[in-house]
Amino acid sequence: MIIDLQRFLANERACWAELEGLLDRLEADPDVKMSLEQVRYFHQLYERTSADLAKITTFSSEPETRRYLESLVARAYGEIHETRERRRGFSLAEWLFKDLPRTFRRHVRAFWLSLAITVAGCLFGGLAIDLDPDAKTVLIPFNQFGLVEDPNQRVAEEENATTDRLAGERTEFSTALMTNNVHVSILAMALGMTYGVGTIVLLFYNGVILGAISVDYIHAGQTVFLLGWLLPHGSVEIPSIVIAGQCGMVLAGALIGWGKRVTLAGRLRAVSRDLVTLIFGVALMLVWAGFIEAFLSQYHEPVIPYAVKIAFGLTELALLTFYFAKCGRTPKAAGEAPS
Amino acid sequence: MKTATLLIRTPEGIVFSQVLAGPVTRCLAWIVDLACISVVLSFLRLFVKLFLLISPSFGAALELIGYFVISIGYGIFCEWSWRGQTVGKRVLRLRVVDAEGLRLQFNQIVTRNLLRFVDLMPVCYFVGGVVCWFSGKGQRLGDIAANTIVIRQPRLATPDLDQLLAHKYNSLQLHPHLAARLRQRVSPAEAATALQALVRRDDFEAVARVELFGELARHFRGKVDFPAEATEGITDEQYIRNVVGVVYRTRAER
Repeated sequence: MIIDLQRFLANERACWAELEGLLDRLEADPDVKMSLEQVRYFHQLYERTSADLAKITTFSSEPETRRYLESLVARAYGEIHETRERRRGFSLAEWLFKDLPRTFRRHVRAFWLSLAITVAGCLFGGLAIDLDPDAKTVLIPFNQFGLVEDPNQRVAEEENATTDRLAGERTEFSTALMTNNVHVSILAMALGMTYGVGTIVLLFYNGVILGAISVDYIHAGQTVFLLGWLLPHGSVEIPSIVIAGQCGMVLAGALIGWGKRVTLAGRLRAVSRDLVTLIFGVALMLVWAGFIEAFLSQYHEPVIPYAVKIAFGLTELALLTFYFAKCGRTPKAAGEAPS
Repeated sequence: MKTATLLIRTPEGIVFSQVLAGPVTRCLAWIVDLACISVVLSFLRLFVKLFLLISPSFGAALELIGYFVISIGYGIFCEWSWRGQTVGKRVLRLRVVDAEGLRLQFNQIVTRNLLRFVDLMPVCYFVGGVVCWFSGKGQRLGDIAANTIVIRQPRLATPDLDQLLAHKYNSLQLHPHLAARLRQRVSPAEAATALQALVRRDDFEAVARVELFGELARHFRGKVDFPAEATEGITDEQYIRNVVGVVYRTRAER
């Protein structure tokens, strides 16, 4: 059965052009709001074009028209059947004080899991150094800030330094820290695609290094130096890496989908926005941490008293905890149930 | 099972297809994008040189952060600004779309671009390439996580049959019952082939054109046996033109 293509094209072209124009307008400006009448008309155009596609697919005709109609129907289908909330305009304040902490709380179990893995790594690293101090060079493969050297020697050098070793390099150093940490965080999230195995390994190894360094300094009697050195930036940097691990766990959870009847695509679709919110939050925290590490953490007594640095770090940690625990919380905050 | 086309069925029962992009085309697009990133970075280095004179540390920091932001942000910025396309994808006529045909969201674009870190492992998209090869929808890990696919969008031309189906005498129309049988027996693909041969007739060499229309005429003559007076004295090309006229005839001619 063959259709009268020429007449068919002549009759329907106006409808297609109208639908195409509407789609162009909707795609160019996502904030366009249509009245109920306009929505009905849009839907009518979509249904008519869909019917045309059905006709042209059933009957003989040249493929260009079919492709053109397929493209129109595909675009209109995306607009009409999209049920995900469309963000109208972006408010940084709303994102920062509502979206980010709420998203964090929604996936708080993944955070606890990520934290537990990091703590397990810390315990392992600490225990390994406690039992075998020579394992330091194996556990800490890099010697930035003289980490592999004797802590007492490093503290003596830092406290007696007469020149600023970061003079003229602070900005570069700060940027290097930020980019490296953001890179590691993205990797921690992305490795969630290995069903969480990669994320677990990365978090655990991070914990091992942290535990090994901490126990090494504590053994050497340099606990105050350690706290003064690590707390100002670590109180933000370490939680941010753990949150990046939380992202990886959320992704792995969506991949595995224990006890969920939703399809894999549906599960991934459900967590996609939360992952992006969290990872942008992590990047923001790491920019702050990089700045503090370059401009504050690397300066010790007598330049900056340890008490001031420790107090600063603890204040940051308290504020961060308050932020993630309480910010954006309403008496009946919707959608915050832990995943 | 790997398919080249993804069929999406709407709740209205309409099926539309998306032509999936293969790993090789995607690789070519990536090479174009790499070149673009290199050009942008070269400009950045020139710009940074000015700052190096003022403050070496600030200049080096700017270069570092610029490299990081451009290498990660290039894909996100382009795909968001151009609705799923980068420069490479534009050149190769590829587009990132939602795997279920829905509107592509910003978070999907960010997710697929951030997960590039795993797809790139250990070098040159090895993980991404392998996953893409075995994925039924040609998705790399980033696409799976973001629920996106990369499709090929061939150039769409508005159909114009006026030149081909002008109101000229058509000897086959003198036998309406045989013309109706021909319309019934010609499949959509066959009709499209005949039409495309006529549309592109000027692209062929003279000899090749005669051979092509000869072959097509033999094929269509086998479909329905028209009386000799309807087919005698006309060239193979004219016969195909008449067949197309019958198949795509206007209502006025019936």
